[in-house]
Amino acid sequence: MAEQASAHGAHVPAHTGHGDAPLAHHFNSYEQQREASSLGMWFFIAQEVLFFGGLFTVYLVYRSRNALDFAIASSELDVFWGGLNTAVLIASSFTMAMAVRAAQLGKRNPLVLFLILTLLLGGVFVGIKYIEYTAKIEHHLFPGMSDFHFEVPPTVVEHFALSAERVAVMQQRARVFFSIYFAMTGLHALHMLIGMGLIVWLLFPAWKGRFNHDYHNPIENFGLYWHFVDLVWIFLFPLLYLLGRNIPHA
Amino acid sequence: MSSATTVPAPRPPEKNYLNADWSLKSWLLSVDHKRIAILYLVSVSAFFMVGGLFAMMIRIELLTPAADLLSTDSYNRMFTQHGVVMIFFFLIPSIPAVFGNFVLPLMLGTIDVAFPRLNLASWYIYSLGGLFGVCAILFGGVDTGWTFYTPLSSVYSNSNVLLAAMGAFIAGFSSILTGMNFLVTIHRMRAPGMGWFRLPLFVWAMYATSIINILGTPVIAITLLLVMAERVAKLGIFDPALGGDPVLFQHLFWFYSHPAVYIMILPAMGVISELIAAFSRKRIFGYKFVAYSSVGIAVLGFLVWAHHMFTSGMSIYAATVFSVLTMLIAVPTAVKVINWITTMYRGSVAWETPMLYAVGFIGLFTIGGLTGLMLATLGINPHLHDTYFVVAHFHYVMVGGAIMGFMGALHYWWPKMTGRMYAQGWSKLSAILIFAGFNLTFFPQFLLGYMGMPRRYASYPEEFQVLNVMSSAGASILGVGYLLPAVYFGWSLWYGEKASRNPWGAVGLEWQAPSPPPVHNWDRDPVVTEVYDYTDETIVRELRQRAAIAREVPIG
Amino acid sequence: METLRQFLPSFFQHLPLYPEQASTVAPAVDALYLAWVALSLIFSVLIVGATVYLGVRYRRRRVGDAGEADFEAPAVELLSMAVPFVIAMAMFVWGTKVYIDLRRPPEDAVEYFAFGKQWMWKYQHPNGLRQINDLTIPVDTPIKMTLASEDVLHAFFVPAFRVKQDVVPGRYNVVWFEATKTGQFRMFCAEYCGTDHSKMGGIVTVLEKEEYEAWLRGEGQPTASPAAAGEDLFTSLACSTCHGVEDSERGPSLHGLFGSEVRLASGTTIEVDERYLRESILNPLQKVRPGYLPLMPTYAGQVTEEQVVSLVTYIKGLTAPPAPEAGLAEVAGG
Repeated sequence: MAEQASAHGAHVPAHTGHGDAPLAHHFNSYEQQREASSLGMWFFIAQEVLFFGGLFTVYLVYRSRNALDFAIASSELDVFWGGLNTAVLIASSFTMAMAVRAAQLGKRNPLVLFLILTLLLGGVFVGIKYIEYTAKIEHHLFPGMSDFHFEVPPTVVEHFALSAERVAVMQQRARVFFSIYFAMTGLHALHMLIGMGLIVWLLFPAWKGRFNHDYHNPIENFGLYWHFVDLVWIFLFPLLYLLGRNIPHA
Repeated sequence: MSSATTVPAPRPPEKNYLNADWSLKSWLLSVDHKRIAILYLVSVSAFFMVGGLFAMMIRIELLTPAADLLSTDSYNRMFTQHGVVMIFFFLIPSIPAVFGNFVLPLMLGTIDVAFPRLNLASWYIYSLGGLFGVCAILFGGVDTGWTFYTPLSSVYSNSNVLLAAMGAFIAGFSSILTGMNFLVTIHRMRAPGMGWFRLPLFVWAMYATSIINILGTPVIAITLLLVMAERVAKLGIFDPALGGDPVLFQHLFWFYSHPAVYIMILPAMGVISELIAAFSRKRIFGYKFVAYSSVGIAVLGFLVWAHHMFTSGMSIYAATVFSVLTMLIAVPTAVKVINWITTMYRGSVAWETPMLYAVGFIGLFTIGGLTGLMLATLGINPHLHDTYFVVAHFHYVMVGGAIMGFMGALHYWWPKMTGRMYAQGWSKLSAILIFAGFNLTFFPQFLLGYMGMPRRYASYPEEFQVLNVMSSAGASILGVGYLLPAVYFGWSLWYGEKASRNPWGAVGLEWQAPSPPPVHNWDRDPVVTEVYDYTDETIVRELRQRAAIAREVPIG
Repeated sequence: METLRQFLPSFFQHLPLYPEQASTVAPAVDALYLAWVALSLIFSVLIVGATVYLGVRYRRRRVGDAGEADFEAPAVELLSMAVPFVIAMAMFVWGTKVYIDLRRPPEDAVEYFAFGKQWMWKYQHPNGLRQINDLTIPVDTPIKMTLASEDVLHAFFVPAFRVKQDVVPGRYNVVWFEATKTGQFRMFCAEYCGTDHSKMGGIVTVLEKEEYEAWLRGEGQPTASPAAAGEDLFTSLACSTCHGVEDSERGPSLHGLFGSEVRLASGTTIEVDERYLRESILNPLQKVRPGYLPLMPTYAGQVTEEQVVSLVTYIKGLTAPPAPEAGLAEVAGG
């Protein structure tokens, strides 16, 4: 049954016929290297799912307990900006996919172009987020500040015939909603910023034409990351902005 | 090797991973999995000493019923820091980061893990987390208990919760990255011929552990982040005064921290499987059952977290579900224990030091596991919860299980890692001291717990003193047992006899590499065979030849 | 043999297997526990015995020996799964049955309240009477106690009753028990709650029903000198948690206080007399010393006028401590 583990000897495989694409010394082939890095990325995304999953659990628990309060509180969020940001991110996923395609084909100029476009769209997203955050802070809706105050719209008080105590409870639960809102979107925005930093970092080798048919896993793996971050937003937007819009309010 | 004296002419020194380059930089920037393992060994040993020091302070304080040596505040810091250091900075990284890093690539017949630079980054991330932990201790300590229960941690405590939680948060990412690295290595870096069912059981254990690491650790990370946000920015997630729910914190905390128990014990089980096979010179009995039981424990481990919260006010229905799921873990663990014992049947058992640890593990872990079932039994749980019974139970699993596994692994692979043997008599004495001291320390705590002594008490009623004094006496024996290895291992580094390629006569690819291995692990291509095949004729012949010519260990 | 027979009972008296059984559920919990202990003993002995026996029986005799040929035995695998499964399920069913009794209070249970706060317990009897840390209850009466916390997590734990329940801020939890024996039993806080967690406990006194009624009417109070009664109150009201021999973060020392002049947070000074002490007990936030947070709860309604007099008498008698020296605690706690 004995088999020789031939290629794993003490020798380091030489670069053969692959231009100057880097093959790390502990891999035997480009295929192994590519598969390993891609599998690693998928495991990384698995842990990211659980990382955000903790927050989604928190959201679901409180949402199910305080459905009305969360619906009222979420009406403070701006669907226009949120919707625009959703469109921006979907567009950036498209440009990212094009960038991966360009890298696989070894086309330098389109790769650089699509990476820059993705970077710009990411920047637009973060900019819009900044506008939204500023507005929330101005309206005293950031729970981290001592002047946090959520005003329950009078129409809501009237429509649901809320007692003064119930209004106070709603104000406290709105505080929980905004805590979760800032935690979730803040963590997501942090991922966007990290992603934008990575694009800048990838632009240099892309400009130098380092990526080709054999070696494009950094671009491909980054693409996975970028799509994942987009996907998180695709869940965040309806959960935070849209759910409960049908409840009548001011 | 013993005939070295007959070769007076200076020979060119054998190049291996240890002496290839002596500079500090070559260590701190090394991407060699073996050197990173050594870096981890040094770091986790340092944290083990720190955690042990806190344990000694705890046991000395508990000699008398009153809180006299330490104030209650100081005592609370002692047990918190003992827990934080031992769990986040010793037990969780211990076996995977040290022995996983060192032997996993060797066992797979490859020259490194899949992502060597990420591997080094993991150590730096771990060290950064450790630095935060040390700062938390030096700047006045932390007193929330290692569980960081809210709202004590997020609002009421005025100790260094932020630093400590940050330390655990950062160290968590080191576990995640190590887990990713191992998973990819096991999937993609196996030598040709190394099929899934030829993997050593240690590799299977690492695989199961890594799954828990990447799926569980992020949840504690985000949870600790929310506690920090609540403390700093008053985000109201867990604080009832702000509308939050402290029980939700417990759910999220234990969703990771119960599987984390298996992060600590599964690697030790993997080690024990290696030790039992190697020192019985026999294929592990029921290989597939043992392999699958690791994965089974990893999966089941994610479904039982709320058994830590039976007294929190959860519904009877929920408690019933979590109780029955917890009971099911008895099945895969029993499979392991029975298969280990059956492996010894008709084997050729050598009572070397690592085997002493393996046998000690079986005994102590059995008690730890059975008392775990007692705690999972709903009728008894309310009485036992948060008493010394729980303390005794998890020390039987963590110290009697995980640390016995760590010590067993250290004594088993030490010749491979350093190229030196250690003093057999001293190491056996130390193993026996640890076993005896451990039982004297923790067995009385079972009795204390059922009598009703709550945990985390700086002072206690007088009727508990006799058992507490017994426990403290045992701890001093245990302490000596743990200090001895530092002495004989240190001695072995300089004066120890040179180790042969395979001093124990074990199978497994790691024993086909020289001791210590060269930088790229192999001086000749490793031969992949059926796993643990001690009946393979070539292996048996080689064993007998080696017994005749090379240094062979004396028979116990 | 005779000596052994004499020794054993006294041994178990000093090292008992379980605490006193003083509630209706205690025997059922203990039976479950002892069954598990017996099972654990059997399996531990079997497993350790088998390991040692096989290790000795098949010890390596010659260097280089390998084990005998492999064999498989599916029956062993099957048994190693079936036996623990059956036992665990049986114990699960039994345990759940006991648990349901532990959790479901009887219909006719009398309602009590307990409040946990750092680091004291406050109880309220059905008739409104309050107690601090120590609890007095009637025997043979099912009691349903609603638990609430004013700050962090605590847990109500009476080992002799085999009950424990977390006290969670922001929600009410319920624990119930029925004492079957008169006497005094320890009560602990079992969920870690900060600095004085280990001091947050008291004594549960179980009285005969008539005695309890008498006690409620105030006849059960022990008569003692005002200073002695004051000392008892000082301990039972947990005043000493904050007012120790030396000033602490939470409260100033009361030793040597009487007759001295103290400065107040408002800037004025006042001579400490009986009136000031009484006012500070009943309306503590009125005149706070500088550097202390207005933390102290009011004891108005919890202590009778007579008890205030006892407390004041006791505090008057507290003399100044000897010159402070660096104690072990501070050195070690540094």
